Amino acid sequence: MFQDAVLGKSRLAFQRLGVALPFLVILGLVATAAPTLLEPSNIGQVLRQSSIVGVMALGMTFVLISGRVDLSIGSMLSLITMITIDLHDRVGPGVAVIAALGVGLGIGIVNGILVGFLRLNALIATLAMLSLLQGATMIYSNGRDLTVAAPGETWFAFIGRGQVYGIAVPILIFLGLAALLGFLLHKTSYGRRVFAVGGNETTSAFSGLRAPLIVASTYVISGLTTAVAALIIGSRVMGAQTNTGVGYEFEVIAAVALGGTSFLGGSGSIAGSVIGVVILAFLQNGLLQMGLPYYLQWIVSWVIIILAVWTDAASKRKKVLV
Amino acid sequence: MSAVSEPIDGLGRDSTNWAATALTAIGLWARRYPVWIFLAAALVFFSLKSPHFLSVFNLSNILLQAAFFGFLSIGLTLLIISRNIDLTVGSVAGLAACLAVGLQPSLGLWLPIAIGLGAGLAIGLLNGFLVERAGIDSFIVTLAGMIGIKGLAFAFAGEESISASIDLFNELGALRIGRIHAIALLFLALLAIGHYVLKHTKYGRETYAIGGNRTAAVNAGVRVSRHVIIGFAISGLLAAFCGIAMAANMGAAMPAFGLGYEGWAIAAVVLGGTKLSGGSGRIVNTLGGVLLLASLRNGLNMIHVPAYYVLVTIGGALILALFFDTQFSRKPRQG
Repeated sequence: MFQDAVLGKSRLAFQRLGVALPFLVILGLVATAAPTLLEPSNIGQVLRQSSIVGVMALGMTFVLISGRVDLSIGSMLSLITMITIDLHDRVGPGVAVIAALGVGLGIGIVNGILVGFLRLNALIATLAMLSLLQGATMIYSNGRDLTVAAPGETWFAFIGRGQVYGIAVPILIFLGLAALLGFLLHKTSYGRRVFAVGGNETTSAFSGLRAPLIVASTYVISGLTTAVAALIIGSRVMGAQTNTGVGYEFEVIAAVALGGTSFLGGSGSIAGSVIGVVILAFLQNGLLQMGLPYYLQWIVSWVIIILAVWTDAASKRKKVLV
Repeated sequence: MSAVSEPIDGLGRDSTNWAATALTAIGLWARRYPVWIFLAAALVFFSLKSPHFLSVFNLSNILLQAAFFGFLSIGLTLLIISRNIDLTVGSVAGLAACLAVGLQPSLGLWLPIAIGLGAGLAIGLLNGFLVERAGIDSFIVTLAGMIGIKGLAFAFAGEESISASIDLFNELGALRIGRIHAIALLFLALLAIGHYVLKHTKYGRETYAIGGNRTAAVNAGVRVSRHVIIGFAISGLLAAFCGIAMAANMGAAMPAFGLGYEGWAIAAVVLGGTKLSGGSGRIVNTLGGVLLLASLRNGLNMIHVPAYYVLVTIGGALILALFFDTQFSRKPRQG
């Protein structure tokens, strides 16, 4: 019964990949206007760039399916990148990596306590964390940008710049984590609980699920994926700026919404999010290649989120009527 | 509530009861509207820490800073009571400021201001339409709009700051009546109107009805969709007003104007005791929240706390406000 419900929801999510169809058409048009978009070297580059948003989108998928949202990830990305780069030169790359994951875990736990256990409004609480973590980034760095002194001599470079059999390591990390988290979400009882809590919290509580704990755990996952994204971006850039992550939360949300995950909770999929991330990345790269300014992407994100959610809402309403 | 305290003797009775009643009243009031206590505490703290804090000059400055995001708080109070939210307000302020200043060389003074206000109104209507007619949750609609409208502002103005080219615009922005900024007085006037609307008009009563129980409001014949769309339009208009007032006061506009203001405005509303779950709230207490946050920002500055900490303060204040929100929205204990 539980299984049926989940399979049904996965099927629904798959149907709702229809959300992405209009954007595939737009992508086709963009590709005609900017032929370099689909050159093999460019494809590799776009996929590598998409892996940062991609890794964060995996965590966000869990949070959205549990019926919540995490707006703090952009600032969190800035803060963790800053800490990583700072510790890399002061202590060493090993400590820096462990610290990054530790900070991601810690912030995830804080978010989890605020939203899961204290039951604060997820949107506003994580909006508050967005501001708080941005401030923490400025305080930590004293407003300065940091760079790694000797980027050529550290194994840390492998995370963002390395290649294995000609495939960029960030892509491998993204796909590896997608497989791992996809398994966790779609094949384990934990994953089914996340769906259950997002689908109907009251029912799930009556069924004996500890909703606060499950909600909190999705924030921990989101914190950890953000830490991984910070490692990729830090290693790629070999530096950290106070505004590294500004606006990332919107891109991530747009990608996940494009992938058919519902904001209402209870439905969505990791595969959908991966597809959403890739489509969004190509779309944005295409717009850049056409020579359009970067802030046009913000308008694109706006339109994408609204259309994706509108389609979602319309399909839900039809279900109610039938 | 059933047990009335028994007087011990004739002399003690009156004073005990009077003191107890007063204490209970103050306690109840403080529990319901703790924001005024916080405000008083903040004012006392900062005036002890800095001799310049309580000067008329500084207080009128606080009021001006309060007015800027206070405009947004007025609209947000209406929307939050009707159980909606508008996160686009900060971006709308930036866009309206850029339009009002950027179009001055070609269109003069008043037309660009009208266009800026019109843009805010149009975005408010669009938000309302998407929430009510398309049936998307207001949080998602306005979250997406927050970044998209910022994109529009950048697309219009580029990344540079634009200076106002008409002197009258700057003079209006710097206008003071007595020692108080005209913008601050305007904010107080709009606040009073908002209070009147909520408390004494049909629109106000319907706002509470929709936020309290939407289905019941529909069944009672309230035109809910129209009502909410008007609410978003008011919020958009006030946001545009905030941006233009800021531009006039500073004599320039930037797309980044209003960045993060939605956080300040929402924090003020929630600190003022308006429930995010809808159906209750008072605009007078929103004023308390606005003044508290403006005093905090100004006071921290006066005692030389670095500007970065302001971001942490707003975040902390929001979380604290939310915490109070959940604490006090629990059902009152039976007694």
